[in-house]
Amino acid sequence: MENEHISKAFDIELNFLRQSILIMGGKVELMIADSVKSLVERDTVLAERTIALDHEVNAAEVAIDEHCLELLALRQPVGRDLRFITIALKIVTDLERIGDQCANIAKRTRELNEEPPLKPYIDIPRMAHRAEIMVKEALDAFVIGDADLAVKVCNDDSYVDDLNSQIQRELLTYMIEDPTTISRAMKLNYISKSLERVADHATNVAEMVIFMVKGKDIRHMIA
Amino acid sequence: MSQTQKQNDGAPILTVSNLNLHYGTAQALKNVSLDMIRHQVTAFIGPSGCGKSTLLRCFNRMNDLVESARIDGSIRFNGDEVNDSATDVISLRRRIGMVFQQSNPFPKSIYENIVYGLRIAGVNDKATLDEAVEQSLKNAAIWNEVKDRLNDSALGLSGGQAQRICIARAIAVNPEIILMDEPCSALDPISTLKIEELIEELKSKYTIVIVTHNMQQAARVSDVTAFFYLGELIEAGGTRKIFTNPEKKQTEDYITGRFG
Repeated sequence: MENEHISKAFDIELNFLRQSILIMGGKVELMIADSVKSLVERDTVLAERTIALDHEVNAAEVAIDEHCLELLALRQPVGRDLRFITIALKIVTDLERIGDQCANIAKRTRELNEEPPLKPYIDIPRMAHRAEIMVKEALDAFVIGDADLAVKVCNDDSYVDDLNSQIQRELLTYMIEDPTTISRAMKLNYISKSLERVADHATNVAEMVIFMVKGKDIRHMIA
Repeated sequence: MSQTQKQNDGAPILTVSNLNLHYGTAQALKNVSLDMIRHQVTAFIGPSGCGKSTLLRCFNRMNDLVESARIDGSIRFNGDEVNDSATDVISLRRRIGMVFQQSNPFPKSIYENIVYGLRIAGVNDKATLDEAVEQSLKNAAIWNEVKDRLNDSALGLSGGQAQRICIARAIAVNPEIILMDEPCSALDPISTLKIEELIEELKSKYTIVIVTHNMQQAARVSDVTAFFYLGELIEAGGTRKIFTNPEKKQTEDYITGRFG
């Protein structure tokens, strides 16, 4: 962020916070990509690794929360520093939830990999790819304070929502035609819903970035 | 609070318009315009030399005492021009009281400190003076600490107590506005909190304008904050807004500690 504080130590602490969130975000992005890759490539080892990575994400949330509370107590920030730190507190909650969703995808994948594939996966990787970009761009917007990029992320959410609806309809036809597919279709349904939630969390982050930059709360205003 | 006072809440009691002040050739205030609202606490913040104390001292004509000071523009107090030659400055300073950075009790008893202004105004009735002492000390939240030693010298009090005695002395003459110039800068944190608590209580009866270098104090006690820099009013607005999301970048840089 432009302009340095008179207190260099405060700048160092804020930079550390920014870096910590980026590192956590990097892990979450990897979880999105790997959870779906383990499904598409039927790679159970990768699924297990994704589930394990969730513990690191959880630990990062706790550490960042603690650092934010310290900064609030010791620096008594105001203005954009206050917005940055309070938003950081909220963003890590969304990132942690994204990690949970990915771990759930990996768990369903582990089960699905025990059975023959229901169908080739086309739309699910597409959803995952877009959701991953949304998370990345939301965090970029947070770090550089770019409200326009954050608005783009919010707008991208409908693409993921539409894909989710399409997948749900498609899976429904499988289940209606052949009830033996129900168990697998329900798991895929769950995975699709999880990816849709991932995109929602990215949207939450983007909305908070807009608040951080503009000081204007736009949550619950975008239909 | 009287009915008229209630009706006047939200209306400006002091209106500064296009005020310029020069000390010799140096311009200390540049075209400042600002309203102080009745029964609100207005805080002036800004780096040293920004003009905040100078402006405060304009309100009760304290700058008259500075020979080189030259003022143009207008300050209206309840609609009347403060700088008008017909203004009774003694009466003005009774209606607009002042509390300074260093507590300055007179070398007299606590009792005599409080009644000093009233005696000058010709009040000598003991019952009236006793009543004023008790009320003022109670309003200044120091009655319980000094009620048993009203005849002791005020110079024996702690810094925090002496400052509250000065506030009691200011309110004894029933002013409409209390100006406070860094009232807590010489006090420990607990005494500071007591003064801040007092400010909160006083604002139902008085209008308060406070100059402070402690931005957290401005954030805690004031309704409106005005930020000054190099003699200019950069931004004035609701304190919540100024400290969470100010309009001007200069204000934000100052409150977040990036100035310079």
